[in-house]
Amino acid sequence: MLQDLTFGQYYPTTSLVHKLDPRTKLLLLIAYITSIFVADNFYGLAAALLFLLIAVAFSAVPFWSVLKSVKSILFLVLFTFLLNLLFYAKKEGDTTLFWRITVEGLLSATFLASRLILLVMGSSVLTLTTTPVSLTDGIESLLKPLSYVKFPVHELALIMSIALRFIPTLAEETDRIIRAQKARGGDFDTGNFFKRIKALIPILIPLLVGAFRRADELGNAMDARCYSGSRNRTKYKKLKFTFRDLLATLFTAALVAGVVLLKIFF
Amino acid sequence: MQAITFENVSYAYKRADEEFSGKAVDGVSLGIEAGRSVALLGANGSGKSTLAKLINGLLLPDSGEVKVFGMPTVCDDPNGLFDIRKRVGMVFQNPDNQQIASIVEDDIAFGPENVGIEREDIGRRIDAALKFTDMERFRYSQISRLSGGQKQRVAIAGALALEPDILILDESTSMLDPKGRKEVMEVARSLNKEKGMTIINITHYMDEAAEADEIYLLKAGKLLKKGTPDEVFSDVSTVEECGLELPRASMLAAKLKAAGINIDQKITTKEGLAEELCKLLLKD
Repeated sequence: MLQDLTFGQYYPTTSLVHKLDPRTKLLLLIAYITSIFVADNFYGLAAALLFLLIAVAFSAVPFWSVLKSVKSILFLVLFTFLLNLLFYAKKEGDTTLFWRITVEGLLSATFLASRLILLVMGSSVLTLTTTPVSLTDGIESLLKPLSYVKFPVHELALIMSIALRFIPTLAEETDRIIRAQKARGGDFDTGNFFKRIKALIPILIPLLVGAFRRADELGNAMDARCYSGSRNRTKYKKLKFTFRDLLATLFTAALVAGVVLLKIFF
Repeated sequence: MQAITFENVSYAYKRADEEFSGKAVDGVSLGIEAGRSVALLGANGSGKSTLAKLINGLLLPDSGEVKVFGMPTVCDDPNGLFDIRKRVGMVFQNPDNQQIASIVEDDIAFGPENVGIEREDIGRRIDAALKFTDMERFRYSQISRLSGGQKQRVAIAGALALEPDILILDESTSMLDPKGRKEVMEVARSLNKEKGMTIINITHYMDEAAEADEIYLLKAGKLLKKGTPDEVFSDVSTVEECGLELPRASMLAAKLKAAGINIDQKITTKEGLAEELCKLLLKD
């Protein structure tokens, strides 16, 4: 059941976008998100959508996979849409359709919902084309300057990668515990909401205890392999910016410029 | 040269709720020559894993002294322990709890990265470690998708990347299927024979112990007997006192002897038993 669970939804293939430096992708995602929030009209969002479509085309990831990411926040999107529709502050000159629904309210709600959808789709392009490991490396490298103010960047990155590494292990263990409890008559699928939440306790406690035991053993294994924090530590994998990254950056700069221009002229 | 020496070493776990409240290791003295293959045998709670952790300083002795190539595990130099750990690789019991990274090559790089090896050199060490453990085609694989035996071989490769002189297997085969056990033992054997690495194998399996150069028998934290497999396994009463069973071949030999057949008692392997029986048959 939980066997296939992997963090994120990395889509393994080779493409221009896959080969980009994870730092480039992270920074460009930030630029993309900023531009979505800077855009205050549909033209700006259309430009962002165009950018997204081109990025997906270059990533060799099926568009369907990108679209699927919206599914998980569908509820949030609908909720936002309805709230904005119902509580739109009516101004003079707005055309009322019926009750308190206005054309302008409809447009504004659609705008905000599209913004959310674009945001999630953009982020999923990053997670679909970047392995969690290289994502962690990218974050570590980007946060590096913070280590000068004694921020534990290396430790944070290590925690993240260990957490990622243990997801399949813990998922497997959860699966095993559920089966063990079911074999003893445990019931997780019937009863009301509270009853089901309560039924999770016999799963969570063994899982938690197991995680502590694992942490203890992992600590020993790390000690045995000479771990001593970031002190004079080298790194085997080095991230490198290439020509590709420059191209992608220019391309994104065009998007940001486009959105700003559209904001000024419309 | 002595790779490991224990001088009257004792250690007790400091936990009030520990069911076993006595000393986990109690006044043990021993000396292991470099290049030997040694098996540590004992029932559960006999202190064999504690003994292993005392070697590379994961635990420090309450009294007595542990030395690795002449370096004591308790010393004032904060880097002293790292010098020891660089020379003592350790592979633990649970294949799932000793990898730090998700990908094989990243995990093997962890040790060399810790001690500040240059990048090119790390690459070379990964190549060599993967080659020796026969895991080359899994270099870019997800560790979580490997079998238990393969995970343990990755763990060995991770230890090898630090280029140690001693490898400790702390019940490393106990959670594996027979195939995985065989794979791991083959790697350990060739490390000992080809590279002259000192191997300390802590195990429950008597047939693994029978392959070692020498066996240390532990009971309740005390060293009960030391000797070659032949010597140890012919002392049936001591082995049984430790709560252990003889290897199948030795067991059969002992029973045949009891039944009045004149067979050599110092038999530890299937092959040895077969040979001895053939000899007996030819004699008749």
